[in-house]
Parts: sequence; C-alpha cells; structure tokens
Amino acid sequence: MTQTIDPIALAGSKSKGKRPWFLENPDIERVMNINLALIQEVAVMHERMDTIERLLERGETVSKASIDAFTPTKEEADERGLWMQEYIARLFRIIQQDREAIARGKEASSEDVAEEFAAT
Amino acid sequence: MADTERDRRPDAIEYDGPPDYRVVGRHGVYPETNHDEVARFNFLAQMNRHLSTKIMPGVGEAFEARVEPGFNKTQKRDFKSRHEVRKALLKDPMFQWWSALRRATMETRQQAGRWVTLRQADDLNAKVAELTKNDDRLVLNPKFKQPRSTEAIDHHCMPGSYHTELVPGDVTGPANYDAGIFATTGGMLGRYNDGGGVAVAEWVKKTFGDEFKPKRILDIGAGLGHNVLPIAAAFPDAEVIAVDAGAPMLRYGLARAKSMGIENVTFIQDDVSDLSRFEDESFDWVQSTMFLHETSYKTMPMIFAETQRLLKPGGIVLHVEQPQYAENMPLFEQAMRDWDAFYNNEPFWTKMHEVDLDAWMKKAGFGDNHLIHGGVAAIVDKDVFPDAADDDSEDFGRKAAWHVIGAKKVA
Repeated sequence: MTQTIDPIALAGSKSKGKRPWFLENPDIERVMNINLALIQEVAVMHERMDTIERLLERGETVSKASIDAFTPTKEEADERGLWMQEYIARLFRIIQQDREAIARGKEASSEDVAEEFAAT
Repeated sequence: MADTERDRRPDAIEYDGPPDYRVVGRHGVYPETNHDEVARFNFLAQMNRHLSTKIMPGVGEAFEARVEPGFNKTQKRDFKSRHEVRKALLKDPMFQWWSALRRATMETRQQAGRWVTLRQADDLNAKVAELTKNDDRLVLNPKFKQPRSTEAIDHHCMPGSYHTELVPGDVTGPANYDAGIFATTGGMLGRYNDGGGVAVAEWVKKTFGDEFKPKRILDIGAGLGHNVLPIAAAFPDAEVIAVDAGAPMLRYGLARAKSMGIENVTFIQDDVSDLSRFEDESFDWVQSTMFLHETSYKTMPMIFAETQRLLKPGGIVLHVEQPQYAENMPLFEQAMRDWDAFYNNEPFWTKMHEVDLDAWMKKAGFGDNHLIHGGVAAIVDKDVFPDAADDDSEDFGRKAAWHVIGAKKVA
C-alpha cells in the first residue's frame, strides 16, 4: 500500500492557535527547543546502547529485530529509569542552582569576599 | 564483564519514577513502536516528571522570595486575582524557563507520537476500517459541523485536535493521543489509559451500591473511549453510548473497544449540547470525564440541561474534572492551574474552573439536596504503574486525581 501521508513533513506540525513565547529573547527559546530535541535523541541513543549491552550480557543475538523486541525486566527498567533521571538532572543543573540561589537569598560574591579578606 | 556505569551505581538509590513504556497495554489497533520510538516516550515521561518535581517547585519558591514581595513593594497592595499573579510570574526567569521547557516538552511529545502514527497511517486506518466495517455501533455524520469549541484551537497542542482527518478514514489523531498520553502523565493512567474510568466505576459501585443497575449509560465527550470502556466492562449488561464530535476518535474508539473484547459500546458523532436524537428520560447514568473544560461558557449550561432531560428518574449524572478555583484556593495555585488554559491550548479551562458548578446544576433543574460531590484518583496496577493517590507531588491540573460533581434526578 502506498503511504498517503508524509510523516516526516507532518510529524512536527504546529498546533492551531498562536504560540506563546516565554523567554525574554525568542531566539534563545528557539535554541532551547532545538537543544531539547537533541537532549531527547541522546537519551534515545543511550537507551539503545544499554539495550545492546544487555542483549550481549544475556548472550542473545544483537540485531535490529532483537533490539526492537527487547523488554527490560522490572529491575533493568528501574536501572534505566534511574540513569535517565541522573542524566536529566545533570543537564538541568543550572536550574537546580537557580533554585538553590533563591533558597540562600543574598550571597556575597567572591569579589566582595576578596575585598573583605584584603582589608588590613 | 566491563565495569559499566550501572555496575558502579550505589545500591542505596531506590528508583521512583515512571515505568518503562513497554508496560503499556497493546490492544488490536495500538500503533507499532520500534525501540527508539519507545525510548523517546521514556525520555518524555521522565522529562515531564523532572519538570513537575524538580523545576516547578522553583516557581513557587521564586514566587514567595521575589515575585510576590516585588509586586507588594511596587503596587503597595496584595494580588487581587489569579491573572495578576500569572502576569507577574511571566516576568520571572524561573517561571519563564519552566514554561518554555514545559511547552517545548508538550510539542516534542506531540511530534514523537505523530511520527509513530503517521508513518504507519495506512496500516492503522486499514485495520480500523476492517474492524468497524458495517458495524452499526459506529454512527458518523459526514455533514457534521464542528462546534466552535473544538474547531477554534487545537486542544492541548495536539495538531489537528480531536476531529481532523488527514485522509478519509483517518485515525492517526486518536492513535497518537492513545500512544503518547503515557509520556504526559508518566504512566499514571495505567496500562490502557483507563485508570480514571476504573476509578469512576468503582466509586459508583461503592457510592450507589448494588441496587444501582444502569441499563443505559451515556458518556459525553468520550474521545477515543478510554474513560468509558472500564465503565462498560464494569456494567456488562448495560447499553453504553459514547458521543463525541470527532469522527476519527469514534472510529478508533470502536475498533479499540472491540479488540479489547468490550462489545457493549456504541460510538455516535454528535454535538453534546444538543442530543435531541435521544428521547427524554432514556438514560440511567450520564458521565463526562475531563471533558467540561473542552466546551465553552455558552454550551456548558446547554449540556447540563440536556443531561437533566435525558436522565430517567433516579438516574445520575457525574462530571469528573480537576478541582474548581474555590475561594480558599490560593491565587498562586489558581494561576499555576491556569497554565494549561493559556499556554497549552485549553482556552476554556480558566473560566470553567471558576464556575459555581452547584449553582449551574441547580439551574439545569437538579434539586438542591440531590447534588453529588466526591473525589477519585486513577486506579492502576500498582506493581507496575505510579499510584496517583499515593503521590504527594503536584502537577497543577495534570495529576490523575479528580473531583466529581454530579446529581441524582429525583422522581
């Protein structure tokens, strides 16, 4: 059967309705969106490598079909889930630190402290 | 064996997060997914979880530490409305980044699901056509005009919303919804995205007891039927009618139900604000699940009046929704719950949640003493899926725990 819909063209279609932009500079938000897509694809590659490793450990054949058919045990899925959480946390470290900065309130900069320490 | 990263992982960390996507239930018309497509959904489920548990709390912290004090200082007064709160939040970097990432994650989820379903569109459409051919449980109206409430904007950034057909007989929209909602909810709706419906069916049995034996059940705004199938399964002797405006949803819904062995549901295309096709007092139970927010201020009273007309004496109507913006709900929480209204294409969400539903139900003719209030949380296989009732995180508006507002029609 001929595929009548072009999935590459239409997968990324915009939804109807004016898009809201949140960052001060929309270009930064564009770059952030491209980054998020890349972050996703790195996660996908990592999961694929993890699958291949586990197939090898199980002594199974590595093929496109066996990769697609792979199902992790609960324990394996938890390990993979934990990796993903660690990965995402690593990527969004800067936002974690923004939160910590809010919690700490006003902090001295190193420059301020340098002045303080240099005081005779 | 190589000393891989996971071998070095401290045993002390216990995993608390979404299950692997491969636990989803695959009914007969579920789209096929290859390894990398599954991995994308896994990433997106985790990304949503990170957003709600690790980034969103920062918005509350920023609000307390600088947004509210800043407003108080410059305006010399407190916030008066949730809209003022939201507009002040829009200027704060924590809210901006959380929002930008949340919107981007939603769009990425749509792209991931659309890719999966559009690449196999012909197969999916053919499978559904075969399963629904000459079946009088699918009633479509080719001349049906979409109501403004579904046509104006694509709900929750789902391109094409519930009704668009890219080709005749298209079901890729509902297949995308079905396959990708795992990513948005982190698996909280369970194996067949039916945790909400299971909870409603159990709640009804517990609340109304064995004497409630509905013969005819109407589900309005049924979508692809994932919420009504557990009700149909729980009341197998009942005739269940699922009404929705979107033909693709209904087609897919019937094929999906049949492939799951649920045979007592008829899917009808119609506008739920005018159900004149059904006789007065012809249903024992009228149900809507997470639907009212997708209607409009003008149609909601019409829907309430229709449900009143359609119910048999002694019958019940139940609407399952996220909680209303009651006076005791802090303005900050209201503003956060409004996010989906303004930034995830759910335009009626904001106004709907400020309506005094009790008053509207009474206006539709339901007696003061016969209103029903309750709460339900998705019921899932807890060994595999996260339990919403047990989860103390809050994803304003998206958590799989809802309020029930309804009424019993007296004789």
